[in-house]
Amino acid sequence: MRKDVINTKDLEQHHLDSLDAYIDTLDKSRKEESLIPTLYKAQNLFGYLPHNLQWYIAQKLNLPSAHVNGVVSFYSFFSEKPLGKYTVSVCMGTACFVKGADKVLDRILKKTQTEPNEMSEDGKFTVKDVRCIGACGLAPVVTVNEKVYGNISAQQMEEIISQYQEEDND
Amino acid sequence: MKLIDKMINLKINDMEITVEKGTTVLDAAKKVGIDIPTLCHLDLHELGAVNQSANCRVCVVENEDRGNLVPACAEKVTEGMKIQTDTKKAVMGRRTSLELLLSNHPKDCLTCVKNLDCELQTMANKMNISEIHFTGEMMDHPIDISSGAIMKDPNKCIMCRRCTTMCDDMQTVGVLSPLKRGFDVVVATAFHLDLGETSCTYCGQCVSVCPTAALAELPQTANVWRRINNKDRHTVVQVAPAVRVALGEMFGYEPGEISTGKIVSALKRLGFDAVFDTNFGADLTIVEEATELINRIENNKPLPMLTSCCPAWVQFIEQQFPELLDVPSSCKSPQSMVGALSKTYYAENKGIDPKKVRMVSVMPCVAKKAEAAREELNEQGQKDVDYVITTRELARMIKEAAIDFRSLPDEPFDDILGESTGAASIFGATGGVIEAATRTAYEMMTGKELKNVDFKQMRGMEGIRETSVEINGTTLRIGIAHELRNARKLLEDIRDGNSHFDAIEIMACPGGCIGGGGQPFHHGRTDVLDKRRQALYAMDTTKKRRKSHENAMVQKLYESYLGQPGSQKAHQLLHTTYSAKARI
Ligand code: SF4
Ligand code: SF4
Ligand code: SF4
Ligand code: FES
Ligand code: FES
Repeated sequence: MRKDVINTKDLEQHHLDSLDAYIDTLDKSRKEESLIPTLYKAQNLFGYLPHNLQWYIAQKLNLPSAHVNGVVSFYSFFSEKPLGKYTVSVCMGTACFVKGADKVLDRILKKTQTEPNEMSEDGKFTVKDVRCIGACGLAPVVTVNEKVYGNISAQQMEEIISQYQEEDND
Repeated sequence: MKLIDKMINLKINDMEITVEKGTTVLDAAKKVGIDIPTLCHLDLHELGAVNQSANCRVCVVENEDRGNLVPACAEKVTEGMKIQTDTKKAVMGRRTSLELLLSNHPKDCLTCVKNLDCELQTMANKMNISEIHFTGEMMDHPIDISSGAIMKDPNKCIMCRRCTTMCDDMQTVGVLSPLKRGFDVVVATAFHLDLGETSCTYCGQCVSVCPTAALAELPQTANVWRRINNKDRHTVVQVAPAVRVALGEMFGYEPGEISTGKIVSALKRLGFDAVFDTNFGADLTIVEEATELINRIENNKPLPMLTSCCPAWVQFIEQQFPELLDVPSSCKSPQSMVGALSKTYYAENKGIDPKKVRMVSVMPCVAKKAEAAREELNEQGQKDVDYVITTRELARMIKEAAIDFRSLPDEPFDDILGESTGAASIFGATGGVIEAATRTAYEMMTGKELKNVDFKQMRGMEGIRETSVEINGTTLRIGIAHELRNARKLLEDIRDGNSHFDAIEIMACPGGCIGGGGQPFHHGRTDVLDKRRQALYAMDTTKKRRKSHENAMVQKLYESYLGQPGSQKAHQLLHTTYSAKARI
């Protein structure tokens, strides 16, 4: 386990180079503040934040890995696992929850045959349960990448997932 | 600003009081003798660590005007504020907070290492909890004993964050962090690595403040009993300097009570075949270290030389400053020196098969457990030290054996590893090692007698201290640091070429080993550390010999076995190497 964490050979070098260049532009005296933007940049480059990339960032910013990992695991925006082409975020905030968000989530997981935060086998979906996204009037709310689906039922959501599944099979 | 502007008037339980702006309700209440219960809160500001996470809410009191409950440990006083600490609402609020913590806490107190020394348990007792009205979902995390030094049981964690405060602020190591959020949150290592795979130094400062048994030393008492009871083994034991001024606390003595003779007596009764003194090893360390220092100065070798008897600090430099591994002294720690000699010099002297000798150490320290397992201290499968128990564990063994500690007679340590000087006594306090080394280096360099052995400028509790001593026209510039945050500063200076010291002493724990992670819990009382420290210096003055090289058993060891200090044989038995480790 430890060996995997400190071995960065499998990280693509040209992405690491871009990340280094980005980190070089940051104010070194404010490394705590630099962490979130750096993680954001890294996730954009690599698609997700594997452990060895988090360790690499910790070394670069001279921060303990536990702090980096703490931040990554706190924000649902960051992912420690590869993300599917579509990130399906089901709001589990109070408003959405009372309107049956858990049933919507169950149905989506069944349809995509995944576990929360795991990428589906075909690489198409990652389903996440997230905190209130601030659209309570539309509860229950689901987003698929940038697109927002409000007032959605489990049945409707299943159909929407089907469309995404088929659309890509062309 | 006038003083008057900085003062705030408020009422607590209808008593008028005036305190400085910025004071918490908790501290204000203390001023008028009102004791509000706290749990997560920990104020060690003298040691550079204050835990203000304010998330247990066991300290809530009622703000009368607003009618709401506020956490006393975090709420700052405001002008005209009215606080009631014992209304029904406040008392029920505190109970509820505590019951919520208890609802998902394992209830195996009877067999827990913290039984009767646990702050959660004490609080439940204090609040007269006889029933828990909530049923919480129990956590189910694996217990981590990978480090061989610390036992981490997240199921007993109450998320007080004291450990992260110590590790981040006092030690600047940052091994632990809350991961995830909400119900899933857990104080863990990066990527849930085993503690043994991280950059943990095993200093045990997190252990010394954890209110529960979520972080505790990995107990070794059962293994020690097994060795003692195996009559085919010759099981010997050694006791570190700082243990003798702290163990008494576990038997009702005041902090700083010196109980050396009783400890030796207790160890003999427990069944050890011989009882040695780590202080003998301390004297020996000084002779070797002073020789090394003089050699480095005279031959223009790398300076400063750093002391190497604290394993947490050694671990720290190997991980955080791998480019500086030529600065620590190559001397093994006193525990390792005594261990190595017990299996060679002592065994040969006694005509015992070295393979049958088992060495147990009683240490104020959690890191010594990990040190004993270092590959470098393990020659051909023969470890210098086989088992390490802490001061607390020894107290538990004495109680287990039903020995009445308080009525024990004083007994002396055994030959031929049992004599020590005053210089060794002060090893347990910050500044003590370098003071002892200076006494010996002075006489070695000048060939003259050092009349005044007290280097008072090296003593004290300040985090970083600097001084210099004139020896034969050369100025020896000395630095002293305790707590790893202070060590880090001195190391950064060395790395950046800004260091002007010749010798530096570093101890990982606050105050040195007297504040070690294996000592009786101070429960936030820093005066305890001070009393232990003063007791060590008092011991020094009562010794007839106060310079390590005057130790007659050490002299005999050189004459009959090692030859000169720094000889090849001394190097083989008493010196070690370091290796760079990844920082996680
Ligand atoms: S033992 Fe020391 S270094 Fe390790 S987690 Fe605890 S405080 Fe941090
Ligand atoms: S491990 Fe102990 S000190 Fe750390 S947060 Fe949990 S209960 Fe508090
Ligand atoms: S200062 Fe002493 S007790 Fe603390 S880690 Fe170092 S050797 Fe152990
Ligand atoms: S609860 Fe779902 S958007 Fe607010
Ligand atoms: S002691 Fe005040 S919130 Fe824990």
